Amino acid sequence: MLEASKMVDRTVDAMSGPRGKKPKKALSGRNIMIYGILLMVSLYYILPLWVMVMTSLKGMPEIRMGNIFAPPVEITFEPWVKAWSSACTGLNCDGLSRGFWNSVQILIPSVFLSIAIASVNGYALVNWKFKGSELFFTILIFGSFIPYQIMLYPIVIMLRELGLYGKLGGLVLVHSVFGMPILTLLFRNYFTSVPEELFKAARVDGAGFWGIYFRIMLPMSLPIFVVAVILQVTGIWNDFLFGVVFTKPSIYPMTVQLNNIVNSVQGVKEYNVNMAATMLTGLVPLVIYFISGKLFVRGIAAGAVKG
Amino acid sequence: MTYSVQIKDLDLHFGAVKVLQGLNLNISEGEFIVLLGSSGCGKSTLLNCVAGLLEPTDGQIFIKGNNVTWEEPSKRGIGMVFQSYALYPQMTVRGNMSFGLKNAKVPKAEIETRVNRAAEILQITHLLDRKPSALSGGQRQRVAIGRALVRDVDVFLFDEPLSNLDAKLRADLRVELKRLHNQLKNTMIYVTHDQVEAMTLADRIAIMKGGVIMQLGSPDEIYNRPQNRYVADFIGSPSMNFLDGEYRNGTFVKGDLSIPVQGYAFATQPVEGGAITVGIRPEHIVTGPLVASAPYRTTTTVDLVEPMGSDTLVWAKIAGEPFRIRMDGQATVAVGDTLEIGIDPSRASVFDAKSEERL
Repeated sequence: MLEASKMVDRTVDAMSGPRGKKPKKALSGRNIMIYGILLMVSLYYILPLWVMVMTSLKGMPEIRMGNIFAPPVEITFEPWVKAWSSACTGLNCDGLSRGFWNSVQILIPSVFLSIAIASVNGYALVNWKFKGSELFFTILIFGSFIPYQIMLYPIVIMLRELGLYGKLGGLVLVHSVFGMPILTLLFRNYFTSVPEELFKAARVDGAGFWGIYFRIMLPMSLPIFVVAVILQVTGIWNDFLFGVVFTKPSIYPMTVQLNNIVNSVQGVKEYNVNMAATMLTGLVPLVIYFISGKLFVRGIAAGAVKG
Repeated sequence: MTYSVQIKDLDLHFGAVKVLQGLNLNISEGEFIVLLGSSGCGKSTLLNCVAGLLEPTDGQIFIKGNNVTWEEPSKRGIGMVFQSYALYPQMTVRGNMSFGLKNAKVPKAEIETRVNRAAEILQITHLLDRKPSALSGGQRQRVAIGRALVRDVDVFLFDEPLSNLDAKLRADLRVELKRLHNQLKNTMIYVTHDQVEAMTLADRIAIMKGGVIMQLGSPDEIYNRPQNRYVADFIGSPSMNFLDGEYRNGTFVKGDLSIPVQGYAFATQPVEGGAITVGIRPEHIVTGPLVASAPYRTTTTVDLVEPMGSDTLVWAKIAGEPFRIRMDGQATVAVGDTLEIGIDPSRASVFDAKSEERL
């Protein structure tokens, strides 16, 4: 009798034991570790930006007092205005605004041209294989491993012969060509992930090379186009080497101009203006990231990583 | 006589791999042909050649008497339905169905009528303004069929259209496809690896292996008179039992087993003492009271029982070989039971053991 009641008790115990989700402690060692490290790393990355913003909002006397981490006592936007419209580079004293518009004029046609050509390249390499298309692709990929510096001089000669040296058009051409390997790879990998049957169905439906490209492929590949735009905008906007080599002072892109402002040897080092100018220059890629961040991640996940 | 589709000496090689070899196939007007085979047998490749999506290495393809070997897919008078549906994701159902007609520059009013008519036949009128992502698998496949339907083509090509659907939906759509064929009377070429689809849908089945057609015939012929051991083994589930032995004086002999095969209609008489294979379908082996009337009777022991509801599959051994017997689903049978079975040699298939051809 006693035995039996004991057994009953045990079954009740088993039933009232752990059930459902296992509770987790919020302040476990694991969590402290993870969030602690994350916090430190983000501080490390945010600090330079903090210093830049603060410095750019201070007047020179305040900067000379030191305390680079301290917020400004007296907020002034003058450095920003000066950086944009009246900082001197060489003989010109119209600030970064000239470089900004030069960069825009370089950026828009380069991005458009390189993406247009590379997407058609990728599409043709996947869906319209021709004799030697694999070889062509290999050569193209090889191109992305060659350091740019090696090709500078030959390109100078080529541009001179084409009559494009020192012109915006020349720089646009160079940017489009150099964007080709990585962009073609990007598009090819994305289009590989589009089911082949879709392409076959479109052919049975009577669509040709361009018909399939514009009506089927293009509408399906917005994410990868966003990725390409971001890559190209950041790449071309931040480019310094090609800008300084293939253009002349009146059409220098913003990065070159920024360098000339910051690295000027004469006169007082205007840290606040330099900081403001640097941030102005970095603004365009930043804005693009913020606008299209979500699509960017989706595009990367959709095709860029797959082999 | 002009055939609807005529394939002449078709070869297709990918490098050193010969996917299709000297393939000939004539398909009559309004016929439902099923290309059946395991994966890699070249059935989809053949279909893609007919569609013009793959270029043959050699040979010719005629559709309605026209040589279309070098013709673009859209100019061949074919409509194709794919396994993955291949609907254009950014277009509505209506857009999907009218895409081909727009490319062919058909007038708008005509497109409207044709799309509506096809939608009515397939009962998808209420879905016309939806995107493919808002449709179920069965609905998507219906739209894919509709896309082929609006183009008013002579020949429909189906590339495993039901393989992506679940079992119940597959059975439903199979019936619908058959109904559609009865209604439209178009020529249809249908690729599948599912033998039930092949048996139920086809006027004629072509069983393929290694790029050649092993047998072309009606489902009845394929099932009851397989031309070779491969076909016999491939068709039927559970598959046929094979016994390898010798032919001696009108009897099949294997060890101490001897089955009289006088009742069997030999196409070519086997050589005395020649090696032959007898194939017996599990469902052609009788048990219970029917055994008494069977020409050949024996007993065996049950090794394993697989109840499948509608029927029960029993594994036993005959002359040391594993043997499948299909019994009624209500039969009470347990492992270790002694089972009396009867075989009718006239329903069996006999093959030459060497050439594996039917005798």
